[in-house]
Amino acid sequence: MWKWLHPYAKTEETYALCGRLYPWFLWPAIALLAVGTVWGLAFAPADYQQGDSFRIIYIHVPGAMLSMGLYAGMAILGFIGLVWQIRTCYMGIAAIAPVGAMMTFIALFTGAVWGKPMWGTWWVWDARLTSELILLFLYLGVIALYGAFDDKIQAGKAVAVMSLVGVINLPIIHYSVYWWNTLHQGATISKFDNPSISSDMLWPLLLNILGFGLVAGALACRRLQNEILTREMRRPWAQTLLLSNETGAK
Amino acid sequence: MHFDSFAAFIDMGGYGFYVWTSFIVTFVGIYTLFIEQKWRKKQLKLAVVKENDRIQRIKKAKEKASQANSDE
Amino acid sequence: MTVFWSVFRRDWLLAFRQNAEFLQPVLFCLLVVTMFPLGIGPSPATLQKVGPGIIWVAALLSSLLALEKLFKQDFLDGSLEQLVLTPGSLPMLALAKVLVHWLVSTLPLLILSPVLALFLNLTWDMYWALLCTLVLGTPLMSLIGAIAVALTAGLNKGGTLLGLLLLPVYIPLLIFATSAVESASLGIPFTGQLAIIGAMLLFAIALTPYAVAYAIKVSQN
Repeated sequence: MWKWLHPYAKTEETYALCGRLYPWFLWPAIALLAVGTVWGLAFAPADYQQGDSFRIIYIHVPGAMLSMGLYAGMAILGFIGLVWQIRTCYMGIAAIAPVGAMMTFIALFTGAVWGKPMWGTWWVWDARLTSELILLFLYLGVIALYGAFDDKIQAGKAVAVMSLVGVINLPIIHYSVYWWNTLHQGATISKFDNPSISSDMLWPLLLNILGFGLVAGALACRRLQNEILTREMRRPWAQTLLLSNETGAK
Repeated sequence: MHFDSFAAFIDMGGYGFYVWTSFIVTFVGIYTLFIEQKWRKKQLKLAVVKENDRIQRIKKAKEKASQANSDE
Repeated sequence: MTVFWSVFRRDWLLAFRQNAEFLQPVLFCLLVVTMFPLGIGPSPATLQKVGPGIIWVAALLSSLLALEKLFKQDFLDGSLEQLVLTPGSLPMLALAKVLVHWLVSTLPLLILSPVLALFLNLTWDMYWALLCTLVLGTPLMSLIGAIAVALTAGLNKGGTLLGLLLLPVYIPLLIFATSAVESASLGIPFTGQLAIIGAMLLFAIALTPYAVAYAIKVSQN
């Protein structure tokens, strides 16, 4: 059933796939983010309690969701790579980690900037904030670990194990709001309930979440391509590609 | 349009500093990641060119040396 | 003087070739500081009281980690020996290495210090005092630490031995620095403590290069 995945164990195929997917990630992402951001900033009504500062939600929630989703993605790649011994999975982990770290930073930064006018403080040791901070450390650890090895094959296995170990953190962040009585508001979007936010505020949020997801996809494709090129720099196909000044699948 | 004027839009009901800082830092951060990848690809190109040049130089030096040997 | 700058340049370039490895001690410091609220509870008043001490202890511990790299790599590949043989005064060359090390491992700490202060709920006055003590105290840490690192460069078991050697020596610095921040929290001027740290620093700049040079020569035998 999974035979269609097999060619992508070969780096040349994966490189080409990323090249084909990149425009499909990038352009919809730009469109969605443009529409969602403008809608959220200029057209959505102001919140009754929080006024216009609530508009930070259009950056904060997508960043937070992506930060967790990308870590889950790293863990899945780690699992596939370790079990089926597929090297491109390890390169994928290395590609995703900095994007995830940036998303986590965005979530923490925008959360702090939002919290200052709302709660009067930039930072509080609340369970959800703390778990997100720990997630940032986990990402940085993965990045540092991958960079520490000269042998990138060994590095790949190490980060795969690290991702799986750290993935335990994700449910804790998600459920922490229910388990502890804290300052952070309850989850706005849940699969099981109706969202507790009015729909004309919700739509830009959904667009931005999707937009952020596609941006992360575009970045991951690009990073994976460059990681493959770095590793396969001396192969003929990579050399032809790098030397040919191709502008097409850039 | 929720806001009456552009000035009101920038002001964001008094929260302008917080809202705009968040948005600007976020988009600059994401853009930085894209720029970094462009830079990295350029570095890779340079590395390949440098290495190939080095291989060529070594080859030429070897040929010269073997020619010198065969001349003697 | 040009030998000083060529050693400086070499170390500077090398530091940046290692995948931002020089940032790891600073991240360690951040992690240690993060552990404390998780361990002693998030009560803002408590954190503010113990904050300066925690930040300084975390800075001292992470500086131990950063110092380990000061001479190790050069010892292992023989460039330390070459440094001893270079014409030009060894104390100055040692000072160049310590300067790079301080810039590369401590500047990130100074940049990160507002975040550390935020996590431990320090007031602006306390943070200003903390920053002053860090700016004066961290070069002192690097200079004195370099002596111990040079002595132990050849040993296989650097790590904890370095800590045992240096932490007692760092205690006066820790005391004066935290006392300065505490004075700031009470609104009392803290220039006295800063002056003492500054004096220690000047003393160190004048004398430690010779000690480091001697220690490097010792480690070469």
